[in-house]
Amino acid sequence: MMSVIDAHSIAGKLAAPEATVDVLVVGAGAAGVAAATELAEAGLSVMLVDENPVDAALIGMDVPHYFGGRAGAAVQNKGRMLEQVVASEPALEGALAAGVEILLGTSCWGVFLPGPATRELPGAVAGLTDDARAWTVGFRRIVVAIGARDLVVYFDGADQPGVMGAAAFHALAARYDAFDGRRLVIFGSDELALATAELAFARGLEIAALIEVDATPRGPAQRVSALAERGVPVLCGQVIKSAGRGPTGVTGVEIASLDGGPARTIACDTVCLAIGLVPVIELFDTAGVPLALDTDRGGFVAGSTDGVSTGSPLVFGAGDCMAVSAALATRSETEAHGRRAARAVLASLGRADPLDTSPPPRNADQLAYQRRVMEALLSTGGLNVLACQCEDVTRADLLGVRAPRYLASPSDRSVHRDLATLAADGPLNHDQMKRLTRVSMGPCQARRCREQVAMLMAMGGGVPPESIPVAGYRAPVRPLPLAVLATLEETDAMAANWPIWFSIASQWIPYDLIGTDAEATFIDDHTHL
Amino acid sequence: MNPGIGTDARGRPGASVIVVGGGVTGLSSAWWLARSGVDVLVIDKGIVGWEASGRNGGGCTHYQSALFHEEQRLWPLMDELLGYPTEYRRERIIFATTEPLLRIYQSIGETIGRLGYEWDLLDGDAVRERVPLAGDSALGGIHLKVGGHANPQRTVQAYAWAIQDLGGRILQHTPVRAIRMAGGKVTGIETSAGVLGCDHLVLAAGPQTGRLMATIGIDVPLAVARAEMIVTEPVPLMPIGGVDGEGIYGRQTLRGNLAYGGGPHEWIELPEDGEMLSRPSTPLLGHLARRLRQLLPKAGHVRVIRSWAGLIENTPDGRPIVERLAEPSNLTLCIMSSVGFGLSPATGHAIRDLVIDGACSFTDIAKYNLARFAGIPADWAAQKGWKARPLETAT
Ligand SMILES: Cc1cc2nc3c(=O)[nH]c(=O)nc-3n(C[C@H](O)[C@H](O)[C@H](O)COP(=O)(O)OP(=O)(O)OC[C@H]3O[C@@H](n4cnc5c(N)ncnc54)[C@H](O)[C@@H]3O)c2cc1C
Repeated sequence: MMSVIDAHSIAGKLAAPEATVDVLVVGAGAAGVAAATELAEAGLSVMLVDENPVDAALIGMDVPHYFGGRAGAAVQNKGRMLEQVVASEPALEGALAAGVEILLGTSCWGVFLPGPATRELPGAVAGLTDDARAWTVGFRRIVVAIGARDLVVYFDGADQPGVMGAAAFHALAARYDAFDGRRLVIFGSDELALATAELAFARGLEIAALIEVDATPRGPAQRVSALAERGVPVLCGQVIKSAGRGPTGVTGVEIASLDGGPARTIACDTVCLAIGLVPVIELFDTAGVPLALDTDRGGFVAGSTDGVSTGSPLVFGAGDCMAVSAALATRSETEAHGRRAARAVLASLGRADPLDTSPPPRNADQLAYQRRVMEALLSTGGLNVLACQCEDVTRADLLGVRAPRYLASPSDRSVHRDLATLAADGPLNHDQMKRLTRVSMGPCQARRCREQVAMLMAMGGGVPPESIPVAGYRAPVRPLPLAVLATLEETDAMAANWPIWFSIASQWIPYDLIGTDAEATFIDDHTHL
Repeated sequence: MNPGIGTDARGRPGASVIVVGGGVTGLSSAWWLARSGVDVLVIDKGIVGWEASGRNGGGCTHYQSALFHEEQRLWPLMDELLGYPTEYRRERIIFATTEPLLRIYQSIGETIGRLGYEWDLLDGDAVRERVPLAGDSALGGIHLKVGGHANPQRTVQAYAWAIQDLGGRILQHTPVRAIRMAGGKVTGIETSAGVLGCDHLVLAAGPQTGRLMATIGIDVPLAVARAEMIVTEPVPLMPIGGVDGEGIYGRQTLRGNLAYGGGPHEWIELPEDGEMLSRPSTPLLGHLARRLRQLLPKAGHVRVIRSWAGLIENTPDGRPIVERLAEPSNLTLCIMSSVGFGLSPATGHAIRDLVIDGACSFTDIAKYNLARFAGIPADWAAQKGWKARPLETAT
């Protein structure tokens, strides 16, 4: 029997992708380039996309990293940035030679897989954009190698230029050569913090101090003393209480001693948060790949038996986005991880033997430390500090489950509601807090608040952090202008049969006319929600 | 035993009235019942409003419905009545850049006018005067002095908290698996937390209502679809937030975000076991962006920051089923057929009346009976093409 198709449904309406490749690799860092090269050498058609150089407007919004207003004017010059990016990743040349199609300055804003509720997708596709237009690319397999981003925590004054993350600093200083600060205070003292300090020195920047919440420095003693010899102390048992405000941003930090000793101020123009890195899992989430909290891998990650496969047979991951421990590893280890992902892809296509299931790379549990940092910030900074900058939600607003200030409350009943009453009603949920307080709902797409909000929820609600599900990531995972997304190719069928809402004519006939002669003559397509 | 669970008239764990489904329909029903002093328990498989009720466009302008006048009467009162803000804003402008759409919008205005409400026909200049983000392409539209929008997520929580304030109970994360009957009456429900008894059952489980009714052998014809929306970063507030048209529906929120939906839906099959599907969005977001930009050309630079999808049910004629059944007589059914957010204050009132008084006090809703579908062919949905097509497995 010929099956009937609802002309107003999405059946057959989404355009076929502009191109289809065997493997799409997203992210041209060490892991992604190694994966792409290996796959191309094995004879597959491979497209490698990387968003660098990132659009200056996005950098200004702290997307994809917490740039904190310290990107220099150089980031406006896309041509120069492109040269910088190519120069900073020597392995790209090998990928090109192997036949990889490389698109720089191109970001992936979503991965979409056919599934029970998305049967009408034109196959597995990824949304791409070069900031001028949007298109889709089809793939048989995808390798996501999009790295890690900074774990962001706030103190008073963090919502001004000059407070930034270590990963963002590395991007600006090493990849773009466009860091616009001179004197840094670094918050943290582990390998990430030390690497940040070492890079800063190499760039001729001044470092005022490293601030550490723990009683002793967390990184290797040798590197700590090397810093000390250059006059950079690691101030332990201390926390940043606030950052001074000036016309161009941070003027210094006030640090407080956790044993109650006197506070003091250190002058600087940049505070670099080096508390920890978080795997970037946004594309896994838009693809519907199952995520799980694995603190040894740095937070919420794609569940994986072998470190490179995921819960979807089409989706693979490599590098820091699978486990941040890789961030601290050597370049050759990261490349090896990329090649391992490539072999898993080849195996899934019947072109190589299956991988052994050695577990994903692991780190020591970072969550306990991150929590100590948050507790220190809370005990010294109090509740009147932002938890979400985009939506102007303070810690007190969050713990009090308060509606945003622009909504007048018609009664005083809301004051009886807080995280504790919400926890009594059912398990706390970050997505629910988004709806109630607007926390994590802003244009930075929660990159600056996700982890601190989750930590505050766990602390305020008195529940274990692992009981709070990760707040969902939604396409487009880059904030993209309407005018750019509007360029997505549209089929004639989509244009010709675009319903406002289902287009069920009988649905919109006024009740009194139902069953009368007028019913038949009532105009079609009267619909509006 | 969960301390939130009370007892029914026979002293079994449960409540006098159990409402299955913590969407706006179930919540509003429970709120109205609680206002009348009825002992009520709402049960949801997840968090309240997690399905369509927290994912919709927030539109409150349903001239086609028997409940329209009550919808319009109640919305301006809801914040006060509930005690929590719903973000409701009255008035609505709907405009177009093409003749065919303009004609449709004009006839909507005329219909609403015939129902006794004020509206204006706008030409392009009048649109541009009222809608700062509109452009030269605006051809004309309508300005409704009724209707409007509320914030779905706020409204859900306002209902839920207001129910609790009145002594009602809400049990979340508790899927209902089946209805139990004895002697021609509902006696209770089977849930993941055990069997719960009730004197009256209100079923408002949205897309899942058909599956639950099947457990007592009553056929409720429903097809289920997925629909998508997008939202932008905030932009300065327009004087009237309720602005849409050009084939899309939605609003500017009081925060300033542009939140819009529309376009083709995808028919889906719900899993047999009652598990929910994930509700992914798709590249349709680009096509929504295209129309939002056509509607508001001056917002072309504004950035889309999220998209989402929700699942909704439709009956074969797209109209609701709101009925206290003759058999079993202690079961009230409410399916809003994909247009249920805005009507929810009125729907709850009607359900309250049906449960307590046996009839709706404020309007005739007899045409929303289930019997109209008696004898409908088993493959009705396939005949309309309201079916998911087979999933081609990728290689
Ligand atoms: C994208 C989109 C836009 C829309 N725009 C508008 C609009 O602008 N205006 C408008 O009026 N309407 C709109 N709608 C429609 C509107 O959202 C729905 O009609 C309305 O929310 C239905 O509410 P409900 O309570 O009947 O059902 P639902 O919201 O589906 O709630 C049913 C509840 O029952 C629970 N449940 C289901 N099965 C079980 C079980 N077995 N056990 C326990 N609990 C169960 C579910 O978890 C759910 O919370 C839109 C819908 C979508 C998806």
